[in-house]
This record gives sequence, structure tokens and C-alpha cells, in this order.
Amino acid sequence: MTLVEDRVAAPEQPPPRRPNRLWALLRNSWRQLTSMRTALVLLFLLAVAAIPGSLLPQRAISAEKVNAYFVQHPKLAPVLDRLGAFEVFASVWFSAIYLLLFTSLIGCIVPRLRDHYRALRAVPPAPPRHLRRLPQYASWSVAGSGDARSGGGDDEEGTARAIAAVLRRRRWRVAVRGGTVSAEKGYLKETGNLLFHVTLLAVLVGVGYGAWYGWHGNRLLVGGADKAFCNTLQQFDEQGLGPRVDDGDLPPFCLELTDFKASYLDSGQPKSFSATVRVDERGRPSRSATFSVNSPLRLHGANVYLLGHGYAPIIRYTDRYGKSLTSIAPFPTTDAMLTGEGVATFQDVNIDPKTGKRDPNQQVAFEGIYLPTMPDQPPYVRSVFPAERSPGLMLIPYRGNLGLEAGIPGSVYQLDQRQIRTGKLKQVGDGKLLRPGEKWTLDDGSSVEFVGSRQFVTLSVRYDPGEKIVLVSSALLLVGLMLTLTGRRRRVWFRVLPADPSAQSPAGGPDPDRAADSNGGTAAPDPALSDPLSESTTARSSFVEAGGLPRTDYSGFAEEFNQLVAAVRRAGTQEESE
Amino acid sequence: MAALSDQLLVVAIFAYLVAMICHAAEYALGNRAMVGRTVVRPARERVLVGAGVGGAGGTGPGAEPPRVEKVPAADVDRGPGRAALAGRIAVAVTVLGALAHLGVITTRGIAADRMPWGNMYEFVLSVTFVGATAWLVVLSRRPAIRHLGLFVALAMVLLLGVAGLVLYTPIVPLVPALNSYWFVIHVTAAVLSSGLLLLAAVPAVMYLIRNGYEQGKRSFPYTLGARVPAAATLERLTFRLHTFAFPIWTFAVMAGAVWAEAAWGRYWGWDPKETWAFISWVVYAGYLHARATPSVKRNVATWIAVLGFATMLMNLFGVNLFISGLHSYAGVN
Ligand code: HEM
Repeated sequence: MTLVEDRVAAPEQPPPRRPNRLWALLRNSWRQLTSMRTALVLLFLLAVAAIPGSLLPQRAISAEKVNAYFVQHPKLAPVLDRLGAFEVFASVWFSAIYLLLFTSLIGCIVPRLRDHYRALRAVPPAPPRHLRRLPQYASWSVAGSGDARSGGGDDEEGTARAIAAVLRRRRWRVAVRGGTVSAEKGYLKETGNLLFHVTLLAVLVGVGYGAWYGWHGNRLLVGGADKAFCNTLQQFDEQGLGPRVDDGDLPPFCLELTDFKASYLDSGQPKSFSATVRVDERGRPSRSATFSVNSPLRLHGANVYLLGHGYAPIIRYTDRYGKSLTSIAPFPTTDAMLTGEGVATFQDVNIDPKTGKRDPNQQVAFEGIYLPTMPDQPPYVRSVFPAERSPGLMLIPYRGNLGLEAGIPGSVYQLDQRQIRTGKLKQVGDGKLLRPGEKWTLDDGSSVEFVGSRQFVTLSVRYDPGEKIVLVSSALLLVGLMLTLTGRRRRVWFRVLPADPSAQSPAGGPDPDRAADSNGGTAAPDPALSDPLSESTTARSSFVEAGGLPRTDYSGFAEEFNQLVAAVRRAGTQEESE
Repeated sequence: MAALSDQLLVVAIFAYLVAMICHAAEYALGNRAMVGRTVVRPARERVLVGAGVGGAGGTGPGAEPPRVEKVPAADVDRGPGRAALAGRIAVAVTVLGALAHLGVITTRGIAADRMPWGNMYEFVLSVTFVGATAWLVVLSRRPAIRHLGLFVALAMVLLLGVAGLVLYTPIVPLVPALNSYWFVIHVTAAVLSSGLLLLAAVPAVMYLIRNGYEQGKRSFPYTLGARVPAAATLERLTFRLHTFAFPIWTFAVMAGAVWAEAAWGRYWGWDPKETWAFISWVVYAGYLHARATPSVKRNVATWIAVLGFATMLMNLFGVNLFISGLHSYAGVN
């Protein structure tokens, strides 16, 4: 973590002649908005604002639950609805928070990008006057290689260059100025931090792009060629298009469910599902493809996901004139054992072949419960296993006007309750449980037969062009995060001085500040050892001091510093012995 | 195997309980943690590698860099003997507990023939195991924080107790949606980061207590701070653990999104579990921010970290038990 140094204020502009109040206000607001504190408050608000989204039902996830909530809380629900509480993540206030946050983010990182760009090109600064005051400090003498008379500081520069070479090898950024060496390392921390924040923006862009140009549709698909589905809007049971997408943009393809396999534990818990479909994409040969939960069918411009499955009983109705019609209606499942509930409607039946006139009051429908595995005993209302071990179909016949002509759209899985209430559609007789192949003759001589069943799957067809942007940015985000959290910015300086008593003034002897400062750092010069005079030197020798400054919280810096000093000294001795 | 796993759970809880008691004994017997006390003593001369070797001709560097070292008073064991003994027994028993804990998870995995992270019971087992292991690792590096063991053991006993009594689920294979290698990656990362964040919450809370204590507060929770390491030490430890755990948590969320894309067709859908993961992530990001903002006090920042852990708990318990969503596979009804 950086002990954030407040950015150096830009040099004061000469005050404008006529200070503009509005401008000042804007500028101050902008500064406020882009401060770390504001970012913190906004982050916190964002977290709080997300909470209702998890506690209240959300339309985007389950519209039925929202409707149920309306029924349970008739007073509260409309108020909450007006506040956007059922669409939290699309609500004005949620959007306002994150848009402000990201504006703040931009305002924050743009100047930092600029600063960092400069820092990357800048050379490490000259050493401070008193290296001993730095958290890390070391000093030692070096025997000179040249003779004492050469003087002029060449020797010091040579030593400095040798030190610089060691540092460069250790990938420090180095600047040599006369007898001093400045070095800095750890720029990656800030690079990573900026990468992190920039990719955060990129993730948002990806999400937004996907929302605008993506689409999805849900569809229940019954097995068999006669029930195939083609990718157009009308064919979806439920769909959502991004604002920039229309019907014509959907890629043309058709799917036919040819097989569905499921396996279960004895408890009924599912083990695996897989669906096999025949795929026809325009311009490509038709092919067969299998997909399952967790491995969607990836087509060109759309992915198909397997969400669920169930059964569609095949029901044949033979009317009183002997004409047969077959219904293959999916019965949506109501529990984990795949009990299905639905209706089979027969609109065009009981037409007198002599007159050819249809009587709208002689339409027939069956309400049904499908049990893939019947219990051993009645009541036969719940399946006891999800696979078809001993299927049974409970049917309740209705006769009358189904109300389908009225043009009022209703659920295809339920009879029109209004018709029943008004007596236009009447239940005829009690229900009856049929097994596959069984036939039941009704009071008017017509009959109904439970022929068998087909499987159906529920599919979600989706396309999200923003996904790749989000994925790539997230990966980079993680890289940036790790760099910023593990990176450590630090500087070291070396100063080479002639070991000449007259030049010792800045370096000789223990620093009184320092010695008194017992808890200030881990290294302080020991008077007995650091005094270069205590060593009698024959050749002209130099005195080297080194100081280190961690610029971020970095507990291991002392160790690194010591290793670095050791390496520098080692290099020095090796050179001498050569 | 399944029965063995269940028995080992009892052993593990029992071991943590004993560890807790020993830590409490150490605490009561009054072994003061010595962290924060600065011992100034001349460092043993550090052998600078090669320093005397290169200069075969005796022209080696003259003066060794002199230094006085502040020793981080690692030798807690020099305190009153009985207390130290209790402390050491506590750590040893914690190790045993962690081994039994590992045994619980492994045998369960073997019995189920899959990664043992299929339901909430197993998830809690794994998260706490990571927490316990990370605790032992941190402890081995910084023996001075041993006093925190009391609270770590307490957290273990509580969480494992809840796991065993409330969340227990018989072994079943995974439902198809969980049968994916991204699931394994996602849950591994989630377990790891949750365990680390669990551990990180301990010094965070202790820091808040200790900080109050150091400011002279002597009412109930602050009195607990009498014998724990210095506030600054706890604070730094809190931060280190969080910086370690946060990227893993970030990765866990991302891996979850990849898995969600394959399983449900969208990488993010604001399912309650996802929503709370998002909330936790944002709160922890807030913590790191606050810690980096000089004008925000360290105890405020640490409160945010504690809040972050509260949101993790909410996600683990609250969402699984009270809110239904796509992730409702906890196996607890
Ligand atoms: C979109 C919301 C944001 C999120 C999720 C976020 C997240 C983070 C995280 C996790 C860190 C920790 C990395 C570290 O400690 O080095 C961080 C650091 C930082 N963030 Fe943000 N950030 C956001 C917005 C902002 C904004 C708006 C600003 C500017 C005011 C900002 C400025 C910084 C700075 C200066 C650091 C560096 C702290 C340091 O050096 O340790 N961030 N951010």
C-alpha cells in the first residue's frame, strides 16, 4: 500500500482577473468528486444499494416471484415498485451511484496516468543530503585502486559506476551523478494499480456493450421434427433484446430435439442431463450436436443453454363422429420429481361431417397431471421419481367453449378460468387415471387415449458480444491487482566520498539524532566501526554510504537493503582482487 | 468412510476446544505477549556472503556495517513457565485438530468420490480448514501473535459446531450444474479466500479491541486487549492477510462468473449469492482504499474490513438459508 503522497499540487496559476463563481464551483465539485474519500463513500453506497436486490424478488430473475410479492403485500409492493426496488440493478439510483463512481474513477486515474508516465521517464532523484536519516543506512570504506595523488574524484566516480552496474543487474533504475548513485525500483506497483483501475472501467464498458447489443430468448422445445424451432422472435416464449438489436439481427438457425438423456440417483436427485439436437444453420450442412448443463451448444452468434426438462404426454382424442386428433402438449414440471401439470385442448372437434359446421360449444379440453412414476397408492397427484418408471396421466375432461376465439391471450398451460366461471366450459365427469395405451370412453361416446409421451427441454438462447471484453479485462484486472498489492516502491542512494578527513564532515561519526532514535530503524552506524579513520589505509581509500527508503509499506525492506549492500561490497572486493 | 469422516469431525471440534481452553489458560496465567516491547541489542554480526571470501589477499572490506537491531521479541516462551507451556500445548493441539480436520474433509471426499465442496456443510468444513492452516502458517512465522489463538480456536469451534449440528448433510453426488471443472476452480478459490478472510477477521477485531485498550478504555471488550500484541502489529497483520486474500477472492468471483456463463448462460445475473459476493468484494475494496487514504483513520479502515467479513458470513449463511436462488444447492432445507 502506498502511503499515498498527495500529488504535488500543480503550480499555482496566476489568478484569473475576474474569478468566475460558477467555474470555481465546478472545479471544486470536480475535486471533491475525484477525491479518495468520495470514492470510498460511493463504494460503500454501491454495496448498500445492492442489498435490496438480494432481499426482494427481482423481475429480471423471476417475474413470477415479483407477482407473488404483489399478491402478498398489496400495499407495499406498488410503492417499492415505484422506487425501482424490483429492478434494483437497472434502477436510476443504482446507476447513478456507479456512474458517479466511475466518473470519479476517471477523474482520479487520468492525472495519475499522466504522473506515472512522467515518473516512468524521469530519472531517480539525487540523494538527500543526510542519508543517515533514512530508514536504512549503511557505510563502509573501500580501498582505492588508483593512487592517492590522482584526486579529482575520478576514483569516486569509478566506484559509483561500479555500484550502478550492480544495481542495474538487479533491475533497478539507476542514475549516476558524479560520486552519487540514485536508484529506484517498483514502478510496477503503480503500473499495476492503474491497470487495475483502467480495466475496471473496461469491465463496465464490456457489460454495457453486451447489454446494448446482446439478446436472449427462452423456449420450451418438445422432441420431434414436427416440433422443431427456428430462431425468430415469435418462436420464443419469452425474450429480451438489447436496445440496439432487432428481429433481423438474430442469426438464422433451427433446432430439433432428437434425444434427451437424464440419469438419476435412487433418491431422484439428478446426476446428468444431455440433449441431442439436429442443428440447421444457414449455409452449413445440418448436423447433430449434444449439449448439457455446463457445456452449452455454441452456435455462430448464439449459445444455447439447457435449463430444464420435462414431459409432454401424447393424448389422442376421438370425437363422437370418429375423427381423431392428437395433442402433444408439454406439461411444465412442478417439482423435482417432474410431476407435470398442463392442458390438452381440442378446438376443432365434434364437427358434424354432414353439415361441416363447427359448434363452438362442443370443444373439448383436458386438464391433466402427468406422473412419470406413479406412487403405489392413491392419491395419484405427485410423481415419486423423475424418470418414467410407471407413467400415469390423470385427466379431467371439459366440454364447451374454450374461449380461444376471443383473441385474449392466455396461458397455454391452463384453461381459461373465465369460461369455467361463466359456465361456458363445463367439467364433464370426474377425472380418471390412465396408463400408457389406455383408452377412456366419455359420456358422449367420444374417447381419449393416453398414447405415450415425449420429452421436452427448456432452453435459453443467448448472445452477449460484451463477454469477451469482460473476460479479457477481468483477467488483466487480476494481474493489475496482484501487481499493485505485491509491488513495492523503494529507493536507494549511494554516495562515494574520498576518505579524506576534511571531506568527512557529512559522514563521519555517529549521528546524534540517529543514535538517540532507538526505535526509528533497524540500522544505525556503530561509532566504533563506521569511523573510517579507525582503519589505517595506505592507498587512498573511499568512504561509501548507502541509504534506503521504502516508499510503500514494506516490512522486508531492511533485508533487501542489506543484501543489496552486501552485493555492492562483494562486487567491489571482486573488482579489487582481479 | 462417511462414518469415519463424521467421527473425525468430533475429534477435530474436541481438539479445537482443548486448544481454546489451553489458550485461555495461557491467557489467564498471564503470559504477557512481548510484542511491541522493543529489545535493543547488538545484532549478531550478519555474515555478509562472500565478504571475507572474495578478498583472499586480506583487502576485504574493513568495517562491518554496524547496527543495532530491534528484535521483534519473538521469544514469548520466556514468560512465566506454566503459561508458556499452556500456550505451546494449545498450538500442538491445534495442529492435531487441523490434522483431524483435514481427515474429515479427505475421508468425506473419498466417500463421495468427488471434491468435498458440494454443499454448505462441506464448504464450511473446507473454509475453516483453510483458516486453521493459514493460522498455523502465520503463527510459525510470527510466534508473537500466539495469544490470538484463543479467538481462532473459538471461531473454529463455533463454525464447526454449526456445521455439524445445523448444516450437516449426508453424502450425495453433485447435481449436474455443479459437475464442472470450473466449479472446482471456483470453489477452491472461494474456500481459500474465505478461509483467509476468516482468519484475517481475527486480528482485525483484536486490533479494534486493542486499539481501544491502548487508548485507555477499560470496559468489557477492551479488557480483552490487555494481553494481545500491540495494536500496530495487529493492524499490519490484518492488512497483510487481506492483501493476500483479496486477489484470491477476486479470482473466485471471476471463476464463478465463467462457470455461470457455461451453466446458466450469463456470467452475471444478480442472483442473491452473486449479489452478496459483489457486496463483499466492494466492501473489501473499500477497506484497501480506506487503508491507503491517509485521512481515514486506521480503526475506521479496520471496521470496514470487519464489515467485509460480516458480508461474507451473510453470503455463506444468510443467503444459503434464507434466500432462494440458483445457488440453492446448499442441501439444507
Ligand atoms: C470503481 C471503484 C473502485 C474500486 C473497486 C477500486 C478498488 C481498489 C483496490 C482494490 C485498490 C487496492 C490496491 C492497492 O491497495 O494498491 C485500490 C487502490 C487505489 N485506488 Fe481504487 N478503486 C476504485 C475507484 C477509485 C477511485 C475513484 C479512485 C480515486 C479517487 C481510486 C484511487 C485509488 C488509489 C490512489 C489507490 C492506491 C492505493 C495504494 O497505493 O495502495 N480508486 N482501488
